[in-house]
Amino acid sequence: MTYLAITDLQKHYDNYHALRGINLSISEGEFVVFVGPSGCGKSTLLRTIAGLESSTGGSIDLDGRDITEVASSKRDLAMVFQSYALYPHMTVADNLSFALRLAKVSDAEIKDKVRSVSASLQLDALLERKPKELSGGQRQRVAIGRAIVRQPKVFLFDEPLSNLDAALRVQMRLELARLHKKLGTTMIYVTHDQVEAMTLADRVVILNAGQIEQVGTPLELYRQPNSRFVAEFIGTPKMNLIPANRIVRNEDTLSIDLLGQQIPFPANRLKGPLPDSVVIGIRPEHMSLVETDGDLTGRIELVEHLGSEAYAHLQLSSDQTIIIKAPARTELKDGQEVNIKIDVSEIILFNESDRVISVIPEEA
Amino acid sequence: MKRSITRLLMAPSVIMLLVWMIIPLSMTIYFSTIRYNLLYPGQNNFVGWMNFEFFITDPGFIPAVSNTLILLLSVLIITVVVGVMLSALIDKPFFGQGIVRVLLISPFFIMPTVNALIWKNMMMNPVYGIFAWISESLGFEPIDWLSSYPLMSVIIMVSWQWLPFAILVFVTALQSQDTEQKEAAQMDGATGWHIFRYLTIPHLARPIAVVVMIETIFLLAVFAEIFVSTGGGPGYDSTNLAYLIYNQALLQYDVGVASAGGLFAVLLANIVAIFLIRAVGKNLTV
Ligand SMILES: Nc1ncnc2c1ncn2[C@@H]1O[C@H](COP(=O)(O)OP(=O)(O)OP(=O)(O)O)[C@@H](O)[C@H]1O
Ligand SMILES: [Mg+2]
Repeated sequence: MTYLAITDLQKHYDNYHALRGINLSISEGEFVVFVGPSGCGKSTLLRTIAGLESSTGGSIDLDGRDITEVASSKRDLAMVFQSYALYPHMTVADNLSFALRLAKVSDAEIKDKVRSVSASLQLDALLERKPKELSGGQRQRVAIGRAIVRQPKVFLFDEPLSNLDAALRVQMRLELARLHKKLGTTMIYVTHDQVEAMTLADRVVILNAGQIEQVGTPLELYRQPNSRFVAEFIGTPKMNLIPANRIVRNEDTLSIDLLGQQIPFPANRLKGPLPDSVVIGIRPEHMSLVETDGDLTGRIELVEHLGSEAYAHLQLSSDQTIIIKAPARTELKDGQEVNIKIDVSEIILFNESDRVISVIPEEA
Repeated sequence: MKRSITRLLMAPSVIMLLVWMIIPLSMTIYFSTIRYNLLYPGQNNFVGWMNFEFFITDPGFIPAVSNTLILLLSVLIITVVVGVMLSALIDKPFFGQGIVRVLLISPFFIMPTVNALIWKNMMMNPVYGIFAWISESLGFEPIDWLSSYPLMSVIIMVSWQWLPFAILVFVTALQSQDTEQKEAAQMDGATGWHIFRYLTIPHLARPIAVVVMIETIFLLAVFAEIFVSTGGGPGYDSTNLAYLIYNQALLQYDVGVASAGGLFAVLLANIVAIFLIRAVGKNLTV
């Protein structure tokens, strides 16, 4: 059941077309994350949903009501801003109760709600403080509490964790996930942090230059991107893309010529006609270094040790550099020649126009 | 050792400032205790509190004190209230915003004397003033502002002079107001009025305090506007303390009583300052 429906949404700034026909439907209780490169229009889309920017075309429907032209104060949405935007002259308690006081909710009920929200966010001890007397993480929790206390239809978050340090970010991420589980309210979350997107989202919306590139669960986007943009955007380190020289069909196997080596690829995983040239995409975690019998050879340029694992940067015979995930205590030396084994079942093929032309093995 | 050097180095300026302040003050105190009338030179005998008695019992004294306070408070209220409203109004972008801002600020660059002359001759004159013309076109009797409502006329002139200062301070302050806070309030269901009342006014508390303090300093000593327009009259209706002191010193040549008046003005300024600092100073610590 669609709860929030966005239809052909357009946003023109004076001389910039920021949203170019967004179509998206979100079900009740879903946690949707918008990701994309800087300037792609994530904030603009969120602010247009919030009513803080007016759209220049298309419509937004929430819970069966067209809210495209409704003032943001009447949309029944709550937003958490990156800068928290707490009211500096009010105490934490007043910040939390501001919306309720404006809505003329009775004092007893306000007290009740503020108490329960502050208890669930561990703000009880801070209620009489002013925002400037709080730490970043505490401010963040007040901002979230201010949104929760109103019990809105949808929560909107614009990069809410980006001002926190790494440890706190992880903790707040967990708290948000827990909160979503507990409240079951629809949430829309903007971030440029992939880990946040992958861990929090029921569905991820990838935006690129004002358009939706792909929508799917985190795993879908990781395993079956439908364009090179998505494939490169999801996953750290990035997917390796190696242009293949030639591709030929022998009965039910395709033979991909990769820098002189023939790599067999099941023909039934190809959708559409056989193109003249392809680019193969393979993630660093789907390649391994072997003693003999590799698909490719390369020379080690640099090894990054992350403790739990290591990433080897290799130079191929075509001078291209690729990244391979290696075990933590690898003995690799710079300049060493190595053999590389590719997990063929994880290969993704792209055509010249950067669209994906392969399917994953389960679907073949 | 180090400390004495710093003190030594600071001494000239401190002494300079002290002398700068002490000499006029002690001379004023001295003059206020002697008989010192320019019409009777040489008769400068010590008279004790007599000059103060003369000044306080002067028929102009009570009106002057109350006019000073009325003028101060009215202008403060007008400039702060109208200033806040106008600044909030021109804060949102609109066509011609730049020109409107310049026009609103420009009265500040006009000398008080010229300001008073403009109001006296072009606006409030009962024969060819603009107000008279408006009343006549609406079929009313023109009002002779300066003689019928002298204090109010002075209040209007001084407010016009000081409104730009308030607007300048408030507009600058509004530009530093966080837009995300306003948006957050909007999402919380606040109307434009709520945002103004609960976010903008608290945000302006400090600038308002600054405007009140600075204006108080200057408004206690308004002189040029009165001198040029009403001349303190009719009677004492638009005489304030500064004008009364001038009256004593230069029209009646009584430097002794004028000095006593000057000291009284210092006293009044301090009382007002303490009161205002108490009232608005609290906001400075927000
Ligand atoms: N008020 C504005 N006037 C003109 N162009 C704007 C305005 N606001 C945003 N834009 C443009 O719209 C595009 C999208 O901006 P938006 O803030 O939505 O990006 P974003 O995806 O949130 O980026 P980031 O990750 O950096 O926050 C940008 O190219 C930006 O330059
Ligand atoms: Mg943004």
